[in-house]
Amino acid sequence: MKINKLWLTALLALGLAACNKELNLEPAQNISEELALSTDANVKSVLLAAYDGLALDGLFGGNTMRDAELLGADGEILWVGTYEAPRAVFNHQQIANNSEAENMWVDAYYTINICNNVLGALDVVNEADRTQVEGEARWIRAMAYFQLVQFYGQAYQPGGNNSQPGVPIVLTPTRKIDEGSFVTRNTVEECYAQILDDLAKAKTLLPEENGVQASKFVAAATMARVYLQMGRYTEARDEANTVIESGFYTLVSDFAAEWNNDDNSSEDIYAVQISSQDFIESTMVTFYSIPAFGGRDGDIEIMQKHLDLYDPGDARLALHYSGAGANRTGKWRDQYRNQPVIRLAEMYLIRAECNTRLGTSVGAPADDDYNTTHTRAGLTAKSGVTLDDILLERRLELAHEGHRIHDIKRLKGTADGLNWDDNKLLYPIPAREIEANKGLEQNPGY
Amino acid sequence: MKRSLLILVIALTSVAAFAQRRIDGRVSDSATGEALIGATVAVKGSSSGTTTDTGGNFTLTVPDNQAVLSVTYTGYEAFETVVGTQSRVDIMLKPSTTLMDEVVVIGYGKQIRSTLTGNIAKVGGDNLKAMPVVSVEQALQGQAAGVFVESVNGKLGGAMRVRVRGIGSINAGTEPLYVIDGIPIAKDARNTAGAPLNPLADLNFNDIESIEVLKDASAKAIYGARGSNGVVIITTKSGQSGRTRIELDVQAGASMPTGKREFLNAAEYYELFQEAARNSDDIDGLPYDDVDSWTTFLTIKEYSDGTPGRLYRYSGFRDDYLTPVDRTDWQDEALRTGSVKNANLSFSGGNDKVRYFASGNWSDNTGILISNDMEKMGGRLNLDFDATKRLKIGVNLNLSRTLTHQVSNDNAFSTPIQLVALAPFTPLRDDNGQLYDRPVTTYYNGLIEVEDGFRKVFTFRTIASIYGDYKFTEHLGLRVEGAGNFYNVRDDAKFGERTDSGNDSRGSGYSAFAGATDWNTNAVLHWNNDFDRHSFGFDIGTEFFKSEYTRTYVEGEGFPNDEFKTLEAAATIVDGTSTITNYSFLSYFGRLSYNFDRKYLFNVSARTDGSSRFGKDNRYAFFPAVSAGWVLSEEDFLKENNTLSFLKLRASWGISGNADIGNFQSLGLYEAGGYNGNSTLNPAQIPNPDLTWEKSTEVDFGLDFGLFKNRLSGEIDYYVKNTSDLLLDVPVPATSGFTTQTQNIGELQNKGVEFTLNSNNLVGKFTWTTSLNLAANKNKVVSLAGGQTIIDDGSNMNVVKVGQPIGVFYGPDYAGVDPANGDALWYVNEADDNGNILDPTATTNVYDEANFVVLGSPMPDLIYGLDNTFSYAGLTLNVRFQGQSGNEIQNGGGNFMSCGACWFDNQTRDQLDRWQKPGDITDVPQARLYYGNGEQVRSSRYLSDGSYLRLKNVTLAYDFPARIFGKSGIRDLRLYVTGTNLLTFTKYEGWDPEVTTDYLASNTIYGVDFYAAPQPKTIVAGLRIGF
Repeated sequence: MKINKLWLTALLALGLAACNKELNLEPAQNISEELALSTDANVKSVLLAAYDGLALDGLFGGNTMRDAELLGADGEILWVGTYEAPRAVFNHQQIANNSEAENMWVDAYYTINICNNVLGALDVVNEADRTQVEGEARWIRAMAYFQLVQFYGQAYQPGGNNSQPGVPIVLTPTRKIDEGSFVTRNTVEECYAQILDDLAKAKTLLPEENGVQASKFVAAATMARVYLQMGRYTEARDEANTVIESGFYTLVSDFAAEWNNDDNSSEDIYAVQISSQDFIESTMVTFYSIPAFGGRDGDIEIMQKHLDLYDPGDARLALHYSGAGANRTGKWRDQYRNQPVIRLAEMYLIRAECNTRLGTSVGAPADDDYNTTHTRAGLTAKSGVTLDDILLERRLELAHEGHRIHDIKRLKGTADGLNWDDNKLLYPIPAREIEANKGLEQNPGY
Repeated sequence: MKRSLLILVIALTSVAAFAQRRIDGRVSDSATGEALIGATVAVKGSSSGTTTDTGGNFTLTVPDNQAVLSVTYTGYEAFETVVGTQSRVDIMLKPSTTLMDEVVVIGYGKQIRSTLTGNIAKVGGDNLKAMPVVSVEQALQGQAAGVFVESVNGKLGGAMRVRVRGIGSINAGTEPLYVIDGIPIAKDARNTAGAPLNPLADLNFNDIESIEVLKDASAKAIYGARGSNGVVIITTKSGQSGRTRIELDVQAGASMPTGKREFLNAAEYYELFQEAARNSDDIDGLPYDDVDSWTTFLTIKEYSDGTPGRLYRYSGFRDDYLTPVDRTDWQDEALRTGSVKNANLSFSGGNDKVRYFASGNWSDNTGILISNDMEKMGGRLNLDFDATKRLKIGVNLNLSRTLTHQVSNDNAFSTPIQLVALAPFTPLRDDNGQLYDRPVTTYYNGLIEVEDGFRKVFTFRTIASIYGDYKFTEHLGLRVEGAGNFYNVRDDAKFGERTDSGNDSRGSGYSAFAGATDWNTNAVLHWNNDFDRHSFGFDIGTEFFKSEYTRTYVEGEGFPNDEFKTLEAAATIVDGTSTITNYSFLSYFGRLSYNFDRKYLFNVSARTDGSSRFGKDNRYAFFPAVSAGWVLSEEDFLKENNTLSFLKLRASWGISGNADIGNFQSLGLYEAGGYNGNSTLNPAQIPNPDLTWEKSTEVDFGLDFGLFKNRLSGEIDYYVKNTSDLLLDVPVPATSGFTTQTQNIGELQNKGVEFTLNSNNLVGKFTWTTSLNLAANKNKVVSLAGGQTIIDDGSNMNVVKVGQPIGVFYGPDYAGVDPANGDALWYVNEADDNGNILDPTATTNVYDEANFVVLGSPMPDLIYGLDNTFSYAGLTLNVRFQGQSGNEIQNGGGNFMSCGACWFDNQTRDQLDRWQKPGDITDVPQARLYYGNGEQVRSSRYLSDGSYLRLKNVTLAYDFPARIFGKSGIRDLRLYVTGTNLLTFTKYEGWDPEVTTDYLASNTIYGVDFYAAPQPKTIVAGLRIGF
């Protein structure tokens, strides 16, 4: 009897010990972090998630472009929508818990963390693709940091030491929340250095052709934009020149044909890919367009002050249309269309501006680059163009595309009576972030 | 001489022969004849004794004919008899009537109440039987101290909130663990759309033998990581050997709403809205006849562009639209008289080898809400079989099928109660008999959904379990159980072309199938033995539980016409998905109990739980408990006391856990997404390998007493339950790539007092018994994540605030109406840095200037139940009251229905008390169309006292005397009438004070009434006949 009992107990114990492994259940809806970063195919899918991240509302899904326009509206556009957060941005009354400021921060660092994960898992990527995957992740990370530093840090000062606070630089994937998660802000100088480092590496690592994803010339075009913002005109000119002379891109002949396309145009260097299937919507269309085309209620109106800047024959003026009781831009009219982020016209205008500022004519004389976009808009060619001509041409060509406040800042202009370095032309560090990370320094005035 | 000597010798030897002899016999239940296994049969004053075997039989050597047999058995009255000359002694024991001796089901065992050291409330099946309610929890309401039960609204089979000793968690589960015949049953609602349905609604509570609620740590720690919210053990009936018993119970009746709200009639609507329009015109400075005025907006027939005025529109474009005519009572369209039909048939019986209980039930309820019906049917077979003298095996099998015609949740325009928003002068149907919709109705007419749509939820459940119980010796046994719980829910819905969801898509519909499969096995080794007056019990066991849940869902649009009801006819499949999730537990537990002479009682238990839900660094949890009791009445100094018949002091301490969290919250996860037509892997969750259960440490001090031979008995308990390591979604720096992480942080406390009293007031021909239970619980959030003081979702008035009960109402304090201008006022309540209010009387008419303060709690301070039973000559009257006090209810729809005609929703009649002219003293601000005035729903204006006392149940029954049945075979016959929720005493002006709107109900949001259906008031007549 005693023996029986012992056996039974032992059997039971054994049987249940076998159940032990039943405690290691894997979810079916999701996959574990380890698995996601364990194979070539999975890491590439994670990389695609970084592109998806770049297409989030808070980044190039639209808000980073829309808010650059709202901050620099200066009476040229009017926000009439009911959403409080963009209205506060438009009125320069944003406070620390502004949800737009929070979205961009959260979306950008979400994207950065994905890039960091990809960069941390390069060793499982097929060797042949490794450099390209690294280049793409670095480029996306640079794009996110560039948006962050422009919105949350005071503008870069050419020749200055740029010790003003930028944003925290995080370069390693988050595996857990620990002391290391409570980061502090790096300087603007450090942020730009990081961006340039990523872009330079990306440019070396990336192939010349890479479909709608980042290529060598996408990286170069981004560098041109970053250098221009830093006032490093020589480098900006040379990067723009590299892109133009690559021969990979050509301007579309009809200005209107650049917009509302299902596929990238010959002019698009980088565009966010949008279709009805991916749950990505352009918030530019949401707010700039009208219900007839899938927009909200026509929340952003284009004012006469802006339209007055154009020559009456300008095709870029003609792209504006009247709808729901106000003027609208045709650039962001139709739903589920690709959203150009960097296009060739910008490169011509960067090269023209830099050549003029430097007194050089690398690639082409400034007049030629100016006339490239000017005549495409149906206007007559001009000679002896000045820096002001080029800056106006840039303003009209790239209107409503998210350049305005950044141009005002680098050109030390004003917006709505606020000086270019006014704190209200910056975003606050989100209140939720300060709450979660008490050591983080808030921008003055919030 | 010689001869007489011989006689003497014979006599002496015969005496000697008789003096030491063996007798045998059987011990059985006097009522049922069932064998009592393990009863103690002893010879009084000697050490000889034995216990009965599985047939209730015993054999014993007695010293002489004068020997007195003492027979004792747990739960029965002790019995003594002189052996005399009998060689076979059959003994019938009477079940004990005093509570001290009742048998109580505990975790993995049974115990006699007088030896309990923990707090367990028991509700016998007789107290549940034949109640015309849908689910077992409803039958439990008000019957056990400290067990709060609430139906969130009056929808059939709707969700229930059950809280044992307060709310125990912020983000993890708060419902107790339900254990049916030893199997833990998950209580997650599995229907796809509409309001969540209660998965326990399919349990036939006529099958229930008893319900035990384990409340204190020593009782529930044996359930470890799933015990902290209390454990409800449901035991179903089992058969008893003897003659087959057949019982048939049929009942039928009607139900109606417990209450209605009063809304404006047409004349009042016209008066109030025209006044409100004029007031708004005054604000705008417009003449009332101006084309842009609100008055014109209301009263014009048509603007020049053809836009109709509102009264014209809502009257169905009738030319006499300026004359108020009552055309439709929308509340009456939403509510109706429901019906209840129940039938229950059971068979039980067996012989000394096999015992069975079988039952079948059917019920058909039509609800008090239009289109809300429920039909249930089910069957049960419980079998116990003595395979050998040592081995007992058994099977419990329960099948049920429920069909619920569901209505949408309280927040949908289509839910019937939202019809009350429509204007009283709006006609129901047009000349063609078609229901009016917008623009004639103010909002979507939910009756269209009743005519042109359906939401059917079928649930199919099978609970099957087998057990084997092997006795190695009379003291040592092993019980092994295995069970499966298969719960499948199918949702089918179709909405026709005129419905809100079908009208832009030529009809829409969905079909969903969800299945939850739970497996549970356990093995427990029991040992108990008495050494002289030392009594020991020892259990050690192990348990494995695994649950898998799958769901598929398909949605389609575009039907040829409304006659097609299935998705096969849909032109487009617009959505389709499937999901799977699972979790598991592996546990080891043990318990040691000891008592000395039933006087000094000790109990130690411990459980270790491993769960797939916990982080890999914290996978196993340990839950110990200790408790002790002292039965003072067994002490010499009290033993002879005539008044005090029983007195016990109890104390317990223990830790239990709450593992009712998401299945994979500890893992670092990636989810699938898409970009540019390619799939992506996106980070979804940051790992927390330390993630673990919430932990409740609880102490309990109790006193059990019995007076006057236990005619008056009761329990008093005081407890403090501290819950720590709360699972909170803690904000983390977004620079990590994540915004929140689920962490174990934060603490909350529940402490309270419970009181139970049972009294046999009158015994004899006329009997009267009373039982009363009261419980006062105080809940307090002690701390949240570091530095966090409040969790406020920004819209609902319920918040989680440190120092306050969970879900406390927090917002601006309404200060009434400015008599000078009719403006709504709020207290400014500006506080200094120390939190002191600077000027408590300062008011403002600007809502945003009012600071938020604590306004009241939705959690009652006191819950109670009072039960009285009177019987005389076969007549029995049972009257049960139930109630709660100290809680507040928010009218979450106040900003629509009680906002001074702020928009076109019909208004509650209290809005007629509005301010009209300077000097008016009232609480209802001036009516203002469109502008509103004090209409912000987050304000104490919409809070009211939610205390209530309810006549929960009244039953009048007549049992026909047995003599009239003769040889007909009828054993008993009862006729009865039962009413539930017959009377409700409350100051609450809404439909019913027992309310938590279903679409918001959560741990932290409750006590909110948002167009929630009232509870049903039900009266049934029934007949029970036994053979």
